[in-house]
Amino acid sequence: MSEACPPSACDGCRAVRGELERLGLKLATFDHVVALAGNPNTGKSTLFNRLTGLRQHTGNWPGKTIARAEGGFGYNGSRYKLVDLPGTYSLRSASPDETVAREFLLFGQPDLTVVVADATSLERNLNLALQILQVTDRVVLALNLMDEARAHGIRVDARGLANQLGVPVVPCSARSGEGVDDLLVEIEGVTKGTVPTRPYRLKLAVPGAAAALEQVVARLRARYPKLPNAEWIALRLLEGDRAVAARVADGSIGQLQPDAAERVAVPA
Amino acid sequence: MSDSPAPTDDLVDFAEGLRWNLPRNFHDQLTEAIYTESTCIAERTVAREGESRRLDWQHRIDRLVTNPLTGFPIMGLVFAAVLWITIIGANYPSGWLAWLLTEEAYGWLRPLAFGALPNWLAGLLVDGMFLATGWVISVMLPPMAIFFPAFTILEDLGFLPRVAFNLDRVFHRAGAHGKQALTTAMGYGCNAAGVIAARVIDSPRERLIAILTNNFSLCNGRWPTQILVASVFLGSLVPAHLAGFVATGAVFAVALLGFGLTLLTAWALSRTVLRGEASTFSLELPPYRPPNLWRTLYTSLIDRTLFVLWRAVVFALPAGAVIWLVANVMVGDQTIAHWVVNGLDPLGLFLGLNGVILLAYIIAIPANEIVIPSILMLTVLMTGQGENWAEAGVMFETGDEGVKQILAAGGWTVLTGICLMLFSLCHNPCSTTLYTIYKETGSAKWTALSALMPTVIGFVLCAAVATIWRLTVG
Repeated sequence: MSEACPPSACDGCRAVRGELERLGLKLATFDHVVALAGNPNTGKSTLFNRLTGLRQHTGNWPGKTIARAEGGFGYNGSRYKLVDLPGTYSLRSASPDETVAREFLLFGQPDLTVVVADATSLERNLNLALQILQVTDRVVLALNLMDEARAHGIRVDARGLANQLGVPVVPCSARSGEGVDDLLVEIEGVTKGTVPTRPYRLKLAVPGAAAALEQVVARLRARYPKLPNAEWIALRLLEGDRAVAARVADGSIGQLQPDAAERVAVPA
Repeated sequence: MSDSPAPTDDLVDFAEGLRWNLPRNFHDQLTEAIYTESTCIAERTVAREGESRRLDWQHRIDRLVTNPLTGFPIMGLVFAAVLWITIIGANYPSGWLAWLLTEEAYGWLRPLAFGALPNWLAGLLVDGMFLATGWVISVMLPPMAIFFPAFTILEDLGFLPRVAFNLDRVFHRAGAHGKQALTTAMGYGCNAAGVIAARVIDSPRERLIAILTNNFSLCNGRWPTQILVASVFLGSLVPAHLAGFVATGAVFAVALLGFGLTLLTAWALSRTVLRGEASTFSLELPPYRPPNLWRTLYTSLIDRTLFVLWRAVVFALPAGAVIWLVANVMVGDQTIAHWVVNGLDPLGLFLGLNGVILLAYIIAIPANEIVIPSILMLTVLMTGQGENWAEAGVMFETGDEGVKQILAAGGWTVLTGICLMLFSLCHNPCSTTLYTIYKETGSAKWTALSALMPTVIGFVLCAAVATIWRLTVG
């Protein structure tokens, strides 16, 4: 708590820190929607509680959050709605909790997604982070559990990671509150567009599948010209993902727009 | 989503058609592409400095806790220790609360109410509703205030996933899902919560098994019943300094029996109405984390204990009124309670129980928490014990010894105590849980089965124990 903060990816560019106002369940009006995504048991709910002042039950076992929880916080005069999604390892398969998370990231069109990653096992956590970067532009990576990582003698080059992923990376420890101020600065910056992001889009080129992928992408683009992540949708179709296929068939995939001007209702 | 029928759409059909010509391991190659990239990035950004003593220490503990030989005894010991602390620790505050609410406050309120209100209304309010509520608080609050935080601390430490890891093999062999270990554990707090938690299980077949068998996890409404009956009827069989251990042992045995029944019924279900293969899953063992003691105490006290207590009080108020009414409204020459209890007595005695217990379980369908208060109040009424102290339909608490005297006068023996503990484990879930099961499964059939299965098992178990007891002990 009184420990010195580890070097942040954004140490030089911080201007004035704002005040966090915990709004709890006061969600009548809000300016931005922020999603919390990440692997199970990385401290999403702990971060959620710290930002909103709510007491969503946290437990040290994976799979604790089943439905999504919502809360609010205010920062520098803006009101944010924070949505705590169930922990998932992937956006690809569609178990019920994974579907909740995926549907929200795609169709809830959050203004920003905070990917909470466990600094002690970054490699496994990056699998999900890379997939989320494929479907959305505005991402901040919260490198959580830094206190544990330090205790294990693990050092993470946050600046280098930010360069490779093309989004801000903030080392933090949601449990002690360390780094949460920095996280808020980045959340605000990316949401308001003052911090640009160039998300790293992994090219999923499987030999022998390129032609098929191109054909499906072309047809998707023809039908839904504004579709922001046609490659990803095409890959899901080629993998036989029924949930996505149903979205394509009933046309609701067309609601995906690069600018989140029109928000769609999310099935709970 | 996943249950929706295959959509018919030319674009989707087109993609479907292309899938036939994709490389055979397309899916795996995609997975691998993502993994390779993750590894690459991680290698460039993560550095390890020397050996971590903490990790080393964690691995050593994990070897002990998840070893098949040492894991189960450790789990049993930890669980028994939590029970023992609860039983020993809850005793005194329970006595104080009972003294405060059902003697002092009641003794002060009763004359006041009977002076100001019509007799029937004063009786209904004070003798019925107030006393039922006071009893529920004094019986429920102390064990919950100890059991819940202890359980939450184990959860925060990271002990629970280890338990799940150990039990995975066992559940798997019973044809159920390994994650059922978690829903079972949740059930030890509240079965309705355990039923909802079954959402973490993907396979509908295994999810139903988890839902149907959750009732065999003793919930917080039943722990106090177990603890009280074990202390009064079994703890008193041995010298005082051993009483706590014997009572703990008895409650532990009932909980263990419940776990055995969970496995047995899961096994039976997976071989009859819910046939199928058990699916596998990967469970990540989280690191041991120091629990945040104050936050844990605060959340488990405020969120869980008070929430459950509130629920108990909400159900105790009307139940107290119902008990008072059945004990005071006359039909013909007897009260309703007399009619029902006399009618149920033959069945009850055959089961090693009695008519009062069965009636109490009918009144307590909304909440298990009110079983013991109902039993005591009805017993007092049926045996006419309370007449010098208060009128019919009045509950009172006079400590463990007093409880024993009341029940002994009602014809209770050690057998009645044992059978009540068994029946408390095996009977229909409370109405909240049943409603939750209905909401989660959307099926009246499965809801009915979840009520019938444990009740039938309870009847068979109690009848068998009573018969054998009478043939051997006498």
